[in-house]
Amino acid sequence: MENFSASSLESVTCPACGLLCDDIYLARNAVGQLKMIDNGCTKSMTFFERTTQTASPLIDGKPSSLVDAIKKAAVILRNANQPLIAGLGTEVQGMRSILSLADKVGASLDHMNANSSFRNTLVLQNSGWQVTTLTEVRNRVDLLLIIGTDIVSHNPRFFERNVWNTASMFDQDTSAREIVYLGGQAVETTAGISPAGKKPTVMPCDLSCLPEVIATLRAIISGKTLHITEVAGIKTSDLQNLAERLKSAKYSVVTWVSSDLNFKHAELTIQNIAELVIKLNEKTRSSGLPLGGADGDYSVNQVSTWTSGYPIRNRFSRQYPEYDPYHFSTEKLLNDGEADALLWISEFNPEKTPPKTNLPNIVIGHGNMSVIDANVFIPVSTAGIEHTGTMFRIDSSVSLPIGKLRESTLPSLTEVIAAIEAAL
Amino acid sequence: MLIKLSGGRVYDPAHQIDGKVLDIYIRDGRIVSRPRDDETIDQTYNLSGKVVMAGAIDMHTHIGGGKVNIARMMLPEDHRADPSHHSALCRSGCGHAAPSTFTTGYRYAEMGYTAAFEPALSPVNARQSHLEMGDTPIIDKGGYAMIGSDDFFLRMLAAKKDQNAINDYVAWIMHASQAIGIKVVNPGGINAFKFNQRALDLDEQNVHYQVTPREVLKALSRAVHELGVPHPLHVHGNNLGVPGNMETTLKTMGASEGYPLHLTHIQFHSYGTEGDRKFSSGAAAIAEALNKNKNISADVGQILFNQTVTASGDNMRQFANSTLGSPRKSVIMDIECDSGCGVVPFKYKDQNFVNALQWAIGLEIFLLTDDPWRIFLTTDHPNGAPFTSYPHLIKLLMDRTFRNEMFAKLNLDAQAMSTLASIDREYSLYDIAIMTRAGAAKLVGLHDRGHLGVGAGADITVYTDNADREKMFAKPDYVFKDGELVVKDGHVVKVTWGHTHTVKPDFDKAIEKDIKQYFDKYHTMNMENFKVSNDEIAEGGRGGIVVQACEGRREKSL
Repeated sequence: MENFSASSLESVTCPACGLLCDDIYLARNAVGQLKMIDNGCTKSMTFFERTTQTASPLIDGKPSSLVDAIKKAAVILRNANQPLIAGLGTEVQGMRSILSLADKVGASLDHMNANSSFRNTLVLQNSGWQVTTLTEVRNRVDLLLIIGTDIVSHNPRFFERNVWNTASMFDQDTSAREIVYLGGQAVETTAGISPAGKKPTVMPCDLSCLPEVIATLRAIISGKTLHITEVAGIKTSDLQNLAERLKSAKYSVVTWVSSDLNFKHAELTIQNIAELVIKLNEKTRSSGLPLGGADGDYSVNQVSTWTSGYPIRNRFSRQYPEYDPYHFSTEKLLNDGEADALLWISEFNPEKTPPKTNLPNIVIGHGNMSVIDANVFIPVSTAGIEHTGTMFRIDSSVSLPIGKLRESTLPSLTEVIAAIEAAL
Repeated sequence: MLIKLSGGRVYDPAHQIDGKVLDIYIRDGRIVSRPRDDETIDQTYNLSGKVVMAGAIDMHTHIGGGKVNIARMMLPEDHRADPSHHSALCRSGCGHAAPSTFTTGYRYAEMGYTAAFEPALSPVNARQSHLEMGDTPIIDKGGYAMIGSDDFFLRMLAAKKDQNAINDYVAWIMHASQAIGIKVVNPGGINAFKFNQRALDLDEQNVHYQVTPREVLKALSRAVHELGVPHPLHVHGNNLGVPGNMETTLKTMGASEGYPLHLTHIQFHSYGTEGDRKFSSGAAAIAEALNKNKNISADVGQILFNQTVTASGDNMRQFANSTLGSPRKSVIMDIECDSGCGVVPFKYKDQNFVNALQWAIGLEIFLLTDDPWRIFLTTDHPNGAPFTSYPHLIKLLMDRTFRNEMFAKLNLDAQAMSTLASIDREYSLYDIAIMTRAGAAKLVGLHDRGHLGVGAGADITVYTDNADREKMFAKPDYVFKDGELVVKDGHVVKVTWGHTHTVKPDFDKAIEKDIKQYFDKYHTMNMENFKVSNDEIAEGGRGGIVVQACEGRREKSL
């Protein structure tokens, strides 16, 4: 197939994490292979430089035509009473087509990162929060409190783009910005060193102890008297100090990555973070900033919410949308024998493969996925590289178009899903 | 295909038609003049005895964008109470106060509405607004882009940039956001809150830029007028919800120094401080000022009792109100040095003194304003009540007995503070047609909607006349959208996709150089991505973009 010519590509938008950096500089050779030139990071390099195999649709492990694979997928879904559509590694346009299909077949929907997303969603639904967005951070933050994460494992260029910028709208001396890491052990904190060499404050603790540490911090900020002098190895006087710094800051930003808070009921800890931020706003300005974002989780949740009223995990089996963070999980539906068919979707990342199951199952994913044990495998092109799409940034108010940089013989997810729906 | 709507009683105030029995002819989605006698009429609808109006237009309703979606995500309990089933024609959905997008489109159409406008489109979030409106079937849509708390504009104002430069920026924003109007929310106030300023009065300076809301209003109302944008500057004033804010509102009317202004959800801005509870109705003074100042229009933002959710760009005021929410949760956001938002669920109760008086104040305003061309029927959906309550509101305006019955059920102290029971006025069908059709189309700048003249888009609603006005307006017999029958007996019978209405005023493109430099220096996205392209709205066969004319008021200042 005729491909785009060799060229350099400026201002490419990268969907590999929740930052959606749109300044990526790539080179494309005559056969469409992409190479990072500038403004990349480990995640964007992996994403853009990946060589995609020319893969064929498979039915029970054997090569088939696309038309036959689509027909077989439609049969599986038509015969199912409680189909589960999971993985959901896609972007806005792909998710729109999936929601239409789900409505038709009465499917349940779960995203591969839902356990992590719920740590935030449950807080939003229970008590809410006060949050900010990246351009505000870039131009206003004077004290950045980072809880239980290094940020850069998830959003590699966060500091470069939002903290150590030289120019700011309000002429702040950005090199004077204060960084505090609270929680976690042996956290990678070099990104938190200012260009002038100022080192961040680091207060480590076992992540499993983070709940009580945050509860203590919130209690201090709320003016409670403590009867302890240390919590999880951190001196309460240090937390007192931190509270004073937060109260003196003009625009503190408190950030976390929900997928790093991997302990039971982490949502309660995030709720405490949200509440201490709200408390700080009685006198000064402070905002939370949930970071992270992977496999389109944030985008999928936005589309699901405006289309059905609910974020993931929802289902359409009663002919109207329902929502249950607990009952509609992939784990529960498969383990308890409630689902009777599985459709797994992962267009961005070939390594996100479905859970093992004996149920009739369909995998629609990246061409590099070698899924021979699925009943149906349909390889699709990748949004942001081989077809256009739309993604949401992790801070929720910004969404950006992602581009088509080369041709592919593979269909897009939207084309495949629409064809399956038509074949039902 | 030539369609005849035969013998209906037509209310078309744009052409001064008040209940005259007329035939209407439709061809290719437009209303056409009476055909020749030898032309075949393919389909005739016998509308004898029925009431015919243009499709209704909601000129201020929060139907798409970040804060609307936050409201949805926050309130699964709201959705559970009101599911909407999947059918052969319609996608499933749900929601009462914060309905899902497909359900929103169907319900508006089922109520005889053929257009709705998102009034608080944050330019940095414009893409999401258009995505959500793109998943809202049948109705036409559009949005008003927010300016006034964005750093770029306030910088220009602080630097005393000339009006031409401001006009160019305003036009650039309208193009980039694919908007049809300009909105300002708590002028300079959303911004001030980010600098820890907790209140901002009309003549008070924003602590950082040292410009006042009055200066913001003056510059923007003039810009909108000089660009020839039909829709006047759409103003959510300072001090929303604050007792005594009627003074702010009265002063705000003068702030544009004669340029047209539209004051939105004016009920929330019409409070006095009389009485033991220091909360009283300012409706009489507000209505009198509206009557006197012909350059001012307003939509009421009526509250109705029951559970809803307040979703606003006004983070300053929503933060102040966050502890009053019911259920008690809230989301407050600072957004991209561009705007902000606040979402607080709220339950209005008829036994609550303040809520009961708010209800009365809204109705007083409706009934005391003289000119139905300058007052508009809204509940600021969902802030005052969900849009599905419009038929109930129409009944309150048209049926004095019903209204007084409802009034008598309110908190007694609130009754004592309101003159509502002594107001005899009842809205006529003609008044309703002005307020929800002809006037709304004129205000928004929809030259081919809101009326039934030749050339209009065939958006037509047919009702069976019923003395119970709530029943009448809740369930139209027929709704035509661009000449296609989409609703019959209050149910969707065909799903079509409406248009996105925009204006594209001329401007000096040189400003883009400044804006690009600004984005590169300070922003976290590329300037090009800030713009919503035509393709993004029109792709997928879901209705295209209509560019409405920017007509005849452009006099560029020297």
